[in-house]
Amino acid sequence: MARKSPEVNAGSMADIAFLLLIFFLVTTTIETDSGINRKLPPMEDVVDPPVIKQRNIFTVVVNKNNMILVEEKLMDLSDVRKAAVKFLDNGGGLGEEACNYCKGERNRSSSDNPDKAIISLKNDRETDYKVYISVQNELVAAYNELRNREFIALYPNERMSFVEADKKYSDPRTSVKVKAALKLKLSVLKKMYPQKLSEAEPTKNN
Amino acid sequence: MSKFKKKKNDEQAAINTASLPDIVFMLLFFFMVATVMRDNTLMVENKLPAADQIQKLDKKDRVIYIYAGKPSARYESKYGDQARIQLNDKFSVVSDVGAYVLAERATKREELQNVLTTALKVDGETNMGVISDIKQELRKVNALKINYTTRVGDYTQNR
Repeated sequence: MARKSPEVNAGSMADIAFLLLIFFLVTTTIETDSGINRKLPPMEDVVDPPVIKQRNIFTVVVNKNNMILVEEKLMDLSDVRKAAVKFLDNGGGLGEEACNYCKGERNRSSSDNPDKAIISLKNDRETDYKVYISVQNELVAAYNELRNREFIALYPNERMSFVEADKKYSDPRTSVKVKAALKLKLSVLKKMYPQKLSEAEPTKNN
Repeated sequence: MSKFKKKKNDEQAAINTASLPDIVFMLLFFFMVATVMRDNTLMVENKLPAADQIQKLDKKDRVIYIYAGKPSARYESKYGDQARIQLNDKFSVVSDVGAYVLAERATKREELQNVLTTALKVDGETNMGVISDIKQELRKVNALKINYTTRVGDYTQNR
């Protein structure tokens, strides 16, 4: 005759489960990475490089001592954003090339319009990565500042800036319909202030 | 005495804890499913620079990671203190980057292979020479979308 098996005490079950739970709580990483997105130029060589007027190029050089030269003048990192905004928003072009939304000084010796304006970023092989990222950050900030200003001016009903709209657009929770509407507005802004940021291959001057 | 008068307990009944394990198990399963264990052990210093004009890099299945920086203290005696590249779990040289990216790309689902981003997780103290070399390699294998992964913060933190 089979004996009645003794009942297992399940009182410690909760403790075991808690132990596992705490382990997974500690090891969980839900954070997502974020950073500055960039697109590299394709490898094929441009056969016929277009001629760009010197006034439409804004040269930023970071040398091996991590000093920043903007248009061949030494500049502090905190002033780079302002200088870039001033250059991009200059709108010095005449006739066809005029820029009707620019609020800059319309200086003839600076950029014609934001579409023509190119920022050229050059670094040395010895430059520190963090300085380079800071400069990149400031240049992107200049573009974002202008885009924000025009986005708010064009679409005041959205009640948000370009950066917020862009964030909403890339949020997977946003509905398809909202996304389509936002995409249109974002592309208008991207056309007004296209991000023309060229990264030259670094120099090696020892 | 009314018939419906409740019986009064003279002492409080103990709360039944029999369902506690169930609740805890439910939480446990949630975290087990949500957990992404770190797949790479970092062998390099990785103090990312700070930036505030950043975009999120969600959808982890579309990202290829490349780490670079000085070897951590543990490996310093063996690999020196010059910045190195780490791919998966081992130190690599620049010429390996292209092959690594192609191999990683091949493991992804076909519809994602054209929308992959390469995340460069590089220590702030690294020289740009290493990064330029990586960028050249990436251009060779046509992996043009890159992301300089950063911390969230003001640029003044980078000094």
